Amino acid sequence: MQSEASVNTGIITRVNGPIVEARRMASAGILEVVEVGGLRLIGEVIRIRGDVATIQVYENTGGLLPGEPVYCSGRPLSVRLGPGLIGTIYDGIQRPLEQIAASSGAMIERGEKAEPLDAGREWHFEPKAKVGDRLESGMVYGEVQETMSVSHKLMLPPGLSGELVELAAAGHYSGEQQIGLLRKDDGSQVPLSMFHYWPVRRPRPVRQRLALIEPLLTGLRVIDTFFPIAKGGAAAIPGGFGTGKTMTQQALAKWAEAQIIIYIGCGERGNEMTEVLREFPNLIDPRSGRSLMERTILIANTSNMPVAAREVSIYTGITLAEYYRDMGYDVAVMADSTSRWAEALRELSGRLEEMPADEGFPAYLPARLASFYERSGRVETQCGATGSISVIGAVSPPGGDFSEPVTQHTSRFIRCFWALDRDLANARHYPAISWRNSYSEYLPETSVWWKRQDREWQGNRDFLMDILQEEVNLQRIAKLVGPDALPEQQRLTLMIAEIIKNAFLQQNSFDDIDMYCSPEKQLWMLRMLVSFSRRAREIVRAGGSIADLMEIDELNRLNRMKSEIKNDDIAAMATLEQNLLREMDALERKLKR
Amino acid sequence: MDNARIKMPGLQYRGVSNIDGPLLFVDSIRNVAYDELVEIETPGGELRIGQVLDVSSTSAVIQVFGGTESLSKAGTRTRFLGSALQIPVSKEMLGRVFDGLGRPKDGMPPILSAERRDVNGFPINPYSREYPRDFIQTGISAIDIMNTLVRGQKLPIFSGNGLPHNRIAAQIARQARLLSEDVEFAIVFAAMGVKYDVARYFIDSFEESGVLNNVSMFLSLADDPSAERLITPRAALTLAEHLAFEENMHVLVIITDMTNYCESMREIATARGEIPSRKGYPGYLYSDLASLYERAGRLSDGSGSITQMPILTMPSDDISHPVPDLTGYITEGQIVLDREMFQRGLYPPVAGLPSLSRLMKDGIGKGRTRDDHPRLASQLFAAYSKVKDIRSLASVIGEEELSPTDKLYIKFGEEFEHKVISQGEFENRSIEHSLELGWEALRILPRSELLRVSEEELKKHFDQEPALAVSEEVRR
Ligand SMILES: Nc1ncnc2c1ncn2[C@@H]1O[C@H](COP(=O)(O)OP(=O)(O)OP(=O)(O)O)[C@@H](O)[C@H]1O
Ligand SMILES: [Mg+2]
Repeated sequence: MQSEASVNTGIITRVNGPIVEARRMASAGILEVVEVGGLRLIGEVIRIRGDVATIQVYENTGGLLPGEPVYCSGRPLSVRLGPGLIGTIYDGIQRPLEQIAASSGAMIERGEKAEPLDAGREWHFEPKAKVGDRLESGMVYGEVQETMSVSHKLMLPPGLSGELVELAAAGHYSGEQQIGLLRKDDGSQVPLSMFHYWPVRRPRPVRQRLALIEPLLTGLRVIDTFFPIAKGGAAAIPGGFGTGKTMTQQALAKWAEAQIIIYIGCGERGNEMTEVLREFPNLIDPRSGRSLMERTILIANTSNMPVAAREVSIYTGITLAEYYRDMGYDVAVMADSTSRWAEALRELSGRLEEMPADEGFPAYLPARLASFYERSGRVETQCGATGSISVIGAVSPPGGDFSEPVTQHTSRFIRCFWALDRDLANARHYPAISWRNSYSEYLPETSVWWKRQDREWQGNRDFLMDILQEEVNLQRIAKLVGPDALPEQQRLTLMIAEIIKNAFLQQNSFDDIDMYCSPEKQLWMLRMLVSFSRRAREIVRAGGSIADLMEIDELNRLNRMKSEIKNDDIAAMATLEQNLLREMDALERKLKR
Repeated sequence: MDNARIKMPGLQYRGVSNIDGPLLFVDSIRNVAYDELVEIETPGGELRIGQVLDVSSTSAVIQVFGGTESLSKAGTRTRFLGSALQIPVSKEMLGRVFDGLGRPKDGMPPILSAERRDVNGFPINPYSREYPRDFIQTGISAIDIMNTLVRGQKLPIFSGNGLPHNRIAAQIARQARLLSEDVEFAIVFAAMGVKYDVARYFIDSFEESGVLNNVSMFLSLADDPSAERLITPRAALTLAEHLAFEENMHVLVIITDMTNYCESMREIATARGEIPSRKGYPGYLYSDLASLYERAGRLSDGSGSITQMPILTMPSDDISHPVPDLTGYITEGQIVLDREMFQRGLYPPVAGLPSLSRLMKDGIGKGRTRDDHPRLASQLFAAYSKVKDIRSLASVIGEEELSPTDKLYIKFGEEFEHKVISQGEFENRSIEHSLELGWEALRILPRSELLRVSEEELKKHFDQEPALAVSEEVRR
């Protein structure tokens, strides 16, 4: 946070956990950043009554005394934007955790004031405009290669426009150095540097919102094939503890086809952030061939860090996402877990003695959720590029019961619902995304893309989905009479469903091959399962039995194709296909004789 | 409690304006800080301590750890001590017993250490953590194969009244290989609201295995004031942090019973008139529990570790009750005990499916336990989950009506529960032995059912009957 000359000083009158009241604050603004007490803890004004301001403090308030000063800053809580964000791990208010560790050691002490971006670091600047050009808000005037996979566009901060009267030549400059000068229409001049601030609670403006047209491929079959999310879409992953929300989010952060990943650990475990931090630099992005950390920003406000900063962390994250979207990138935001964010709201609201609505949550919970998810989307940016933000929020319902307020309200604002199922997780069927309770409203948009890859795609997908749904009904009967009492065709459906679950839906994140499944391989696996099922049905119709089918040697290979055949091993796919169909032909011929 | 006298300067006030449950309300005060420690003198001259929960320019709300009984409005004095509750920390505290607030309870002299630490600690910077991945062999198959514990993990036991959680925790403390390696180790034990017998059981068990001198105990027993329990785990973890991160020791922290802790918190919240969330527990229960459980792990710049094993009893065995539920959302897995298995005489009655260790994935496998471990565990889970389905089918249509494969599953289930999961309380199995037992159970099933393990692993472990290492029961 920058410490500017303070404009006003108030006096603490009350301390109640993260909520502090101060008087002599009549001139403060709502959402203004303040520094509280002798330690200058960072806070934000959230209510003003008369000359008393209510402040939520982003650090532990132990030891604060009534009578201590409150310093106003005159500006709203903001993030600092510019090259150097990628690859960094920040806390909820954009303080870099590496610098904090360097100054206060392994335990985070209070009153730390680390700068989000390294002002001294030099970047190679390429001008992308000429002196004399008229620049509108958000237009690009330069470029910096931030990492090997991210070229960072320097855009005029939104709201600013005018004529470019100076611009530095190509060369190395530090982030805070002046590299240009803009004359506004009123004649005043504004120096330009690579850095600027943006208030976290205000969405960055765009030219227009665009329709969603493409899937955000994730490499997870159950998502891509059955419950796809579109680029610019919003999805929720609700599930009880240990059902796989974090694993799914991490898998998406690794393999989703986005150019920038913002991973927000919001009120969750410290070790999970450490894991990402240690693992990502060593993983290679299958598309860019570069380290995954070169496209990732981490926001870590873990469960033991101050609760008010947890509330703000998701805004910090989404604002960074908007910044890269504005450059024309496809950004994916993971928020784990939005329930902890909602609980932070609840805790603060309780301390403010507001009237609670459902289960103690404040009445404005749905409005806040809506405005967060609304920041996703595919847009034409102010500089004329096309960018998108896809938001994937984990939801942690108490007792795994989806009827609670956060899950319920969230489902109104997202269009893709990946319901995690306790029974699947218990059976270690991962990802435990239920094919009964999940849905995606992006299917129509995304299927266009899939059908371009394979005209049969829709039919194949629906074919497998029908079998899975039919199985649900058959299981109900089988539970009463035993599967052996069912007719052979129905038992075949059960058998095929079992194969679909094993061979297609289950995907172990730790399997060297299967942790990521390319779209080509998904298409092929889908075709294989459909042709196997169709042939199997014919065989049974022709008098064959399940036992005959179980004898097929290649069935074992079919069941193991996900982890035995590499994503690009087309030869192995062809061989399996031929052998399997040949065996089935033979079986059919035998029956006909 | 006259050893509670903490001599420090501070203004003293006479009289309080209100007493409500564990809370005191004091008016006309000055210069009182949030979270500050307060010394309270009863009319009878007894000293108790408390903490400031809410403070304004002229009044404060104080939570009294020693309870408010025998306090009176006029006769109570309060002295504000200028800092949060701190305890001394040092290696000397090993082999000692303390009360719930960290004061000696064993009749031995107080700890003379210059190092005092705020019991609330500070959050560990995620950047400074080291991801835990060192396997700890507990000698218990149900844990070692299926729910592996690693050094620096927080793995609670979800139990129920009357289930043998204490015996299991003691067995782990006794056998955990982290203790027998040539590293410095310590056990920090915190008891909240449990009976003296429970504390005694652990003391005896530590004594028998000759480790008592490496154990530090913080006891706030059932007859101690309930508010004190809110400090007990914090005091214990403060010591554990010192031992692990400053003395580089490997520390196992056993905390029992978290349910009592949460009840004390509910009591305070109710007294303050806070808006409850579920079952009367305050909305910040999650954050509060996290402030304890997250005090586990390893740091990148040190060699010590804190492994936490909290024990909680699930009210009416209900895993969706807020205490186990929120715990499960914070800890890195859970060992769930199953009443039905216990009733059937199985020890340890570790429920097969709801138990989970999340750090297992990085702590096992090649170079750590054995190559086949990850997939073998996954296969056992898958097969056992089928057993559960088939058992419920059998209860409807009768076992005779089951298909031949399903009958094999039933048999597998029996074998798995009796030979793999269950073992003696003093039986210490090596990981290789546990894994072999797992394969042996799987051999009951047809090969074609085993899709979670690889073809190679099947060839190596399933197809040929290996000479099973004779059971290595180790008695200590
Ligand atoms: N796709 C997967 N592949 C392999 N294992 C998985 C997968 N998904 C989940 N798991 C297993 O389940 C465990 C729990 O998953 P995860 O940590 O993602 O749960 P969660 O829903 O985030 O829980 P919580 O709400 O408590 O954070 C993991 O540690 C891992 O062992
Ligand atoms: Mg999680």
